[in-house]
Amino acid sequence: MKIAVCIKQVPDTTDVKINPETNTLIREGVASITNPFDEYAVEEALRLKEKHGGEVHVISMGPPQAVEILKNALAVGADRVYLISDKAFAGADTLATAYTLAKTIQTIGGADLVICGKQAIDGDTAQVGPGVATRLGIPQLTYVSKVREIDPVKKRIVVERLLENGKEVVESSLPVLMTVVKDINEPRHPNLMGIKRVAKATIPILTAKDIGADENRIGLKGSPTWVVRIFSPEARGAGGEILKGDLSEVVPLLVHKLMDTKFIK
Amino acid sequence: MARLIIDADTCTGCEACLPSCPFGSLSMKDGLALVDESCNFCRACVEACPVGAITVEMEEKAVPIDTGSYQNVWAFIEHEQEKVSSVSLELLGEGRKLAEALGCQVCGMLFGDPGDVDHFAKEAIAHGAEKVYVMESPLLKQYRTDPYARAAVDLIRKFKPEIVLFGATTQGRDFAGTVATTLGAGLTADCTGLDIDPETKYLKQTRPAFGGNIMATILDYPHYRPQMSTVRSKVFALPPRDDSRKGEIIRETLQMTEDEVRTKILEFIKGRETVNLADAEIIISGGRAIGSAENFRIIRELAEVLGAAVGASRAAVDSGWISYEHQVGQTGRTVRPKIYIACGISGSVQHQAGMKTSDIIVAINKDPDAPIFKIATYGVVADLFTVVPKLTQEFRKRLGR
Ligand SMILES: Cc1cc2nc3c(=O)[nH]c(=O)nc-3n(C[C@H](O)[C@H](O)[C@H](O)COP(=O)(O)OP(=O)(O)OC[C@H]3O[C@@H](n4cnc5c(N)ncnc54)[C@H](O)[C@@H]3O)c2cc1C
Ligand SMILES: Nc1ncnc2c1ncn2[C@@H]1O[C@H](COP(=O)(O)O)[C@@H](O)[C@H]1O
Repeated sequence: MKIAVCIKQVPDTTDVKINPETNTLIREGVASITNPFDEYAVEEALRLKEKHGGEVHVISMGPPQAVEILKNALAVGADRVYLISDKAFAGADTLATAYTLAKTIQTIGGADLVICGKQAIDGDTAQVGPGVATRLGIPQLTYVSKVREIDPVKKRIVVERLLENGKEVVESSLPVLMTVVKDINEPRHPNLMGIKRVAKATIPILTAKDIGADENRIGLKGSPTWVVRIFSPEARGAGGEILKGDLSEVVPLLVHKLMDTKFIK
Repeated sequence: MARLIIDADTCTGCEACLPSCPFGSLSMKDGLALVDESCNFCRACVEACPVGAITVEMEEKAVPIDTGSYQNVWAFIEHEQEKVSSVSLELLGEGRKLAEALGCQVCGMLFGDPGDVDHFAKEAIAHGAEKVYVMESPLLKQYRTDPYARAAVDLIRKFKPEIVLFGATTQGRDFAGTVATTLGAGLTADCTGLDIDPETKYLKQTRPAFGGNIMATILDYPHYRPQMSTVRSKVFALPPRDDSRKGEIIRETLQMTEDEVRTKILEFIKGRETVNLADAEIIISGGRAIGSAENFRIIRELAEVLGAAVGASRAAVDSGWISYEHQVGQTGRTVRPKIYIACGISGSVQHQAGMKTSDIIVAINKDPDAPIFKIATYGVVADLFTVVPKLTQEFRKRLGR
């Protein structure tokens, strides 16, 4: 079974803060991490491979520095990794990103299973997974919290999807794309051998030409949505009110204040 | 290719642009600002530059389309368990404002079994829909990606709405991406603000990014239509219900058969308790300080009195005291209740990313320096094991429960 995993390098959001005085962004250093949901995606791919055999191919579209997260994926056991990097990809929105990732998956010969994270923590859109599935013409299973069964021979998969009010058990044919939530597993850390292997590895880089991309469908040019302005959210009402004093007064006061909001019925 | 241009003669090397870049794409070289490949053309630096040295050169889109043939604002009318979701009605309310600014109609887009749809369509009309475009088929009785995506694509292609709004629910977020990709249209996720630009008449979509640390305004460029967004629930007000309203219902039948649907729902396992954090008006959350699964009882008791949902920090979930469905934050759920009560939660950025847009935040924490107090509307510095039971008792008394 061939599994393709899409992972994205994201800024560690702890680094993006607002300076309360000037109300501008402060970004100390540029610490970047693997999108947390994508670590679960890689882990699930590895577990399925360990159980059913096959190969795990990990791909990431991003600037050259995104090789770091691919090295991590190699270190934990991915068989092949690819960085999709080209100046022409810059400014891609979810439509262009999905196109680019789908093209890449086709370039590497397709996959029986494609795994994405539920969403990326920088953009928070959760649109790329379904977009890739649509471009590849395969079904999608979003918010997967458990793979119950997978049969690479009969080309069948049964998963649990975590919804707002419960879990849906769904069956699909393979190939399929699934997006995973945190509940699905506990990602492993690289061991010494893995770290050694990565030290020597060179990460292959694929350009727009390598994946046969139509230049009108990638990067900013292929993106219907353009960011026109970035600004700070309105600061919450000038700090909070700390209710001080004896609890026998504080508790009724708090209850009184909350009852006053009329939100409690 | 689009380019970010830093004019070497104008740049003073003041470094004001560096901290403005959310992607860390700018650096200094030989006293001048320099941009690398990771630039996303978000224009944050353009605004930050005090001397106007930075510009973005955009390219015209490849294939122009006839944008004039697209009209009206559509809201997807989502229903679950025989009920129209409140977010869909909120979208009709906000959609009306947009339609007024554009001088067009606000319409509902509704899918379902022929036996169910009339009831839902009436509900939409009572909340302001002037027309309801209905796609009927037994395949649409229960939500599934394939038939829903097909229904939306077929209706949108045929009737050409200018704007389509979906609730940013699990359903909306599951199939809106498929619809947008199939149509080759833009889709802006999880919007919290919508406006019509008075000059260009484009839809300005505002949404939080980077865990709510920044806001971005997004436009769909001229050669793409419809303009589509998913919108968070409870951001916009529920429009008043008026059963005397009249509206037109346009019916279409889905041209699809069951064997074209590639997934099959085998079973639905209802959550053990109501975890519906997305819809909750009040959420009581417990963190690491709760200490055990058993101790969550005091959180549940307060939740019960207030008719609230129970949330948790990742620390509590990872300790195995409560299931992941309850987790609020960056790797859990994003919630926006009227009242969020955080008990024994420090308020890490990752937790805040999921709850800081709540209307009222109450923090109960022993440590006066806990970051949660910085965003709290009301704070109580005390032991939660004393405060929470007292709160429960006091609310019981006041509410007579
Ligand atoms: C990639 C990533 C993603 C993450 N995603 C999430 C997420 O989605 N959601 C999330 O919540 N976290 C997330 N985290 C974890 C986050 O960084 C924090 O570790 C976590 O939120 C801490 O939970 P806590 O506040 O319950 O625990 P702590 O930080 O340990 O805080 C416990 C608080 O309780 C107080 N306290 C102790 N005893 C009492 C008492 N008796 N009465 C009153 N107060 C008391 C303490 O003063 C302290 O402030 C993520 C982290 C990473 C790296
Ligand atoms: N640039 C990218 N490279 C690889 N995978 C990506 C990229 N962007 C998004 N993804 C995948 O799509 C998922 C959803 O991302 P998003 O739609 O941006 O929230 C992520 O969890 C990744 O699995």
